[in-house]
Amino acid sequence: MFLLETIHPVAGTGMFANAWWMIAAPLLVAAILLIGGRMLDAWGHYLAVAAIWFSFAVGACLFAEMWGRPVTERVVESHLYDWFSVGAWSFPVGLLVDPLSIVFVLLITGVGGLIHIYSIGYMAHDPRRRRFFAYLNLFVAAMLTLVLADSYLILFVGWEGVGLASYLLISFWQERPSAAAAGVKAFVMNRIGDVGMVLAISSMLAMFGSVRFVDVAAGAAALEPMWATLIGIFLLVGACGKSAQVPLQAWLLDAMEGPTPVSALIHAATMVTAGVYLVVRSHAIFEASPVAQMAVVIVGTVTLLFGAWIGCSKDDIKKVLAGSTMSQIGYMMLAAGIGPAGYAFAIFHLLTHGAFKANMFLGAGSVMHGMNDDVNMRHYGALRKAMPYTFYTFLMGYLAIIGIPPLAGYFSKDHIIEAAFHANLIAGVCALLGAGVTAFYMTRLMFMTFFGQERWEPGVHPHESPKVMTVPLIVLALLSIIAGAVMNGWIQGWLEPAAGNHPHEVSLIPTPIGLLTIVVVLAGVALGWALFGRRSVPTTAPASSNPITITGRNDLFADAINDIFVVQPTGAVARGVATFDHNGLDKAVDSSAYAFGGLSAQVRKLQTGFARTYALTMVAGVVLVGVVLILTHLA
Amino acid sequence: MTMMLPLEITAPTIEFRQLAPILILFGAACAGVLVDALMLGRSRRWRGEVQIGLVVGGVLAALAYTVANLRLGPVGAVAMGSIMLDGPTAVMWVLLLVFGLLAVMVFKEERLAGVPVFASSAATVPGSREEAEADRFRLEQTEVFPLALFSLTGMLVFVSANDLLTLFVGLEVFSLPLYLMCGMARKRRLLSQEAALKYFLLGAFSSGFFLFGIAMLYGFSGSFDLGTIAAAVTAPAYGRGLLYAGLALVAVGLLFKIGIVPFANWIPDVYMGAPTPLTGFMAICTKMAAVGATLRVFYVALGAERWTWQPVFAVLAIITMIAGTVAALTQRDVKRLLAYSSIAHAGFIFTAVTGASQDVGAGQPTSVSAILFYLAAYGFATVGAFAIVTLVRNPASEENDLDGWAGLAAKRPWVAGLMSLFLLSFAGIPPTAGLMGKWAVFAAAWRGGYWWLVVIAVLTSLVAAYIYLKVIVIMFARPPAPNTYVGEASLWTWIPIVVGAVATLVLGIAPDLLLGPASLLGTFLR
Repeated sequence: MFLLETIHPVAGTGMFANAWWMIAAPLLVAAILLIGGRMLDAWGHYLAVAAIWFSFAVGACLFAEMWGRPVTERVVESHLYDWFSVGAWSFPVGLLVDPLSIVFVLLITGVGGLIHIYSIGYMAHDPRRRRFFAYLNLFVAAMLTLVLADSYLILFVGWEGVGLASYLLISFWQERPSAAAAGVKAFVMNRIGDVGMVLAISSMLAMFGSVRFVDVAAGAAALEPMWATLIGIFLLVGACGKSAQVPLQAWLLDAMEGPTPVSALIHAATMVTAGVYLVVRSHAIFEASPVAQMAVVIVGTVTLLFGAWIGCSKDDIKKVLAGSTMSQIGYMMLAAGIGPAGYAFAIFHLLTHGAFKANMFLGAGSVMHGMNDDVNMRHYGALRKAMPYTFYTFLMGYLAIIGIPPLAGYFSKDHIIEAAFHANLIAGVCALLGAGVTAFYMTRLMFMTFFGQERWEPGVHPHESPKVMTVPLIVLALLSIIAGAVMNGWIQGWLEPAAGNHPHEVSLIPTPIGLLTIVVVLAGVALGWALFGRRSVPTTAPASSNPITITGRNDLFADAINDIFVVQPTGAVARGVATFDHNGLDKAVDSSAYAFGGLSAQVRKLQTGFARTYALTMVAGVVLVGVVLILTHLA
Repeated sequence: MTMMLPLEITAPTIEFRQLAPILILFGAACAGVLVDALMLGRSRRWRGEVQIGLVVGGVLAALAYTVANLRLGPVGAVAMGSIMLDGPTAVMWVLLLVFGLLAVMVFKEERLAGVPVFASSAATVPGSREEAEADRFRLEQTEVFPLALFSLTGMLVFVSANDLLTLFVGLEVFSLPLYLMCGMARKRRLLSQEAALKYFLLGAFSSGFFLFGIAMLYGFSGSFDLGTIAAAVTAPAYGRGLLYAGLALVAVGLLFKIGIVPFANWIPDVYMGAPTPLTGFMAICTKMAAVGATLRVFYVALGAERWTWQPVFAVLAIITMIAGTVAALTQRDVKRLLAYSSIAHAGFIFTAVTGASQDVGAGQPTSVSAILFYLAAYGFATVGAFAIVTLVRNPASEENDLDGWAGLAAKRPWVAGLMSLFLLSFAGIPPTAGLMGKWAVFAAAWRGGYWWLVVIAVLTSLVAAYIYLKVIVIMFARPPAPNTYVGEASLWTWIPIVVGAVATLVLGIAPDLLLGPASLLGTFLR
């Protein structure tokens, strides 16, 4: 796979020396929008959109440039400056533009740019629109920093940056208590992941003396398995936090409180996939530790089933999509954990998912836009006539995600399922099952939203969204159709500069497992149609005694589990620490102060305010200096 | 020996160009003294503007000369061997002038309270009729500006003095104006005057030690010249008793000025009593000058005797770090908190002084360059932090209780954000200059062989981070208190704040900008 070990990065010259513009442009615009004040209210958002497309243009030029290069020169390092360099000790700051990061750049800026355009329509009447676009630009800048970093430390800067932007955007509608609470929840759960990141980075620094990707990859082979496992697990904890993988998944559903474009950009297409990027980027570490790899596979498999389960039982259209996102990222994690056979498929699915999930989220936003921001699918129905553009674009996303050939999801998901079967039978069966469940809940969503009879609340008059929102939908729908077929024969070779090392030959002809997948998917669709297409849907969720349904509706009791295993123990520890602080630590500080011969309390006692006392202390100091001098000479 | 004729006077050679920074500052200060005497009647109201013009013009001219002279390279001893112009002198002068200018700018702030922060007429008795009259008719005197310039002049002499007598003259020239200015607060005048008297008494006391130590060293070596003393240390003519006594006593005088425990009792009281802008000036410039002079005396004159003083300094560094940190933990008053924090920072600086690591050829920071960087990082954060302290308080009182900072972020997010930046730099958290400063001094101490001192210092700095984070939490997490008050300041306060913030960030992101020159210019001449 990305043979950083054998392909040494070449220095970035020419176009590549300008890679930092991609980050600088949105960052600058974010600063301008935040500082600029009200005079930018009228047209500031166009500036934000321009900045993203500028970054996209630079990224596309770099991509074209890289395309034309021989395979061995596609990993380019653009040195920016030395943070500090003193003698042999130096810490360079640079960007790594390679086939992996450039496809991410195109995804982030391309899909991000479309979502920016869509947001012009979606946020048209929001009084704080300028701030919204500033945060979006801040997010894009941070996300680009994350994927273009050449070391784990710079990556971590971007990692924290996207976390901050995510927090700001989830709680963007601060006046809603639920939004503020969701922001805090995302923030706190991400801190757990960050602890993993910090531990991983510190361990790398201790092991390799460097946190640059090149050095880490070069040193990983010689790493003790124990350390490789430890670093791998730390990285996985970080990835779980950012990518909403079990057991740190609970924040993603609440994050749907944010404006829908935010859900599309951050919580579907880009930020939540950062964990997958991290695992793939750190492949050298994981290859050195089968235990860590297995942990990734387990996390991915469990999450893909959990997410699908949640998706089946929610009535909130955005939460169905959020559960689906968790599930799809679970697929990517699973692929990334399989090893060299799966990396390219993980990234492949990540890219196609970025397109079709953004498409569906924006479609959901368009539906909500027409339904007075109602998210309950039981109040929808028969919207295909009221919103034809939204319906047909959503349909493309639907067909893509459930994996109907020849749409995007078919290729990318099928490869993962096949690779999973080759690696581990249980994981393969789970992935296959997940595909069926995906088909079921997405069919349910389709029927409840676009088919059946009208169940609209009184006073709701569904209407199609303006062009500024439907055009991005159409572009994303096109991508959902063609992205898989276009990239299918190409992505492996692109991501794997060393030729002739294809672990799986890819072909357009369905393999036996591929055929089986299609059968399972069709079964899921049929079940969905039988339950939600044929029958009428009640406007309130029927009371259910089915434990599977109840568990799903309650996010698999994630909040309760968090409460029992995290919140209560943390509270207890915090209370304990507080008690210790009051009773133990303060006394300990005081007593240690006494032990040191007059600190804290003693120091303050000496601070009498009398000049004579101070003079006396000085004399005592002179004696102390003299005594130490004499002792030094006696010693 | 040639016989000297009784009336023959050898004209001293004075290198005017090289000494121009000192002379310009001194000239500007003298001119400032005349302002109060000459600008009477209607021109009285322009006194403040003329004074700040003299300060800005004088300091900028001195700065220009320093930088221009720097291009000529290190000169060596000038003014008959009493002033040494070498790399550290140049860097210290630049830093002192920059921080002096920024700190004195805050003196000019009048918009906050509508009147200057200094007493209208410091000579009047507090509570007297004369005081009331001076306040009512705005009979404001502006001697604080020339006093600050005199003080700054003394500091320049102090860090560049090449013999012990010049050193002592420099010490007194910069200290006496400080004593005076301490007593010139407009509010709470009695407290201010008490602080001034206390500072003066203890300063005089420490000067006594210092002078006595100079005498001892003269007795040991037969000279005041640092180079001659260094030669005598390597080949003593008599026993070393006088040397040790002199070393200890000179150290006491210098440590008092830096604020090393147990010679730092004066700091909390004086910092609290003095007018806040002056506290900022003292916290940076006094500390910087005293550290510079200490480095010169102990590295140049007594470097060969370092096995004697290093253990003493190590012990004092530990006591200082711990005492400053522990005492700051429980402070409620922001100025007092910053006072103890400045003591703790002196301790951190002293780890590198103790390490005395020299250039080992690898180009890594020496003790001198590391300390210079630390002082700059600390200075920019301090100048900004004290300027913000002048903003955040009720103009009717001089109280700086932490409760008044609660919820500041909700009221004035920029002020709270900038203060957080300075506090983060104090705590040594990226991306601020403070982190690089801590790293540099600890690395220098480590290479000097004092790894155990570094371990203690790192542990202490972890505890110290709590002090600063506590303030940030109070500003951001608490609901605004009814007595949270933020004044509207003029540019004279905002320029130092903004410069401090930008420099704190720039030096944190690109420390090489200063660490590089400091490494190149980090060698003392003898």
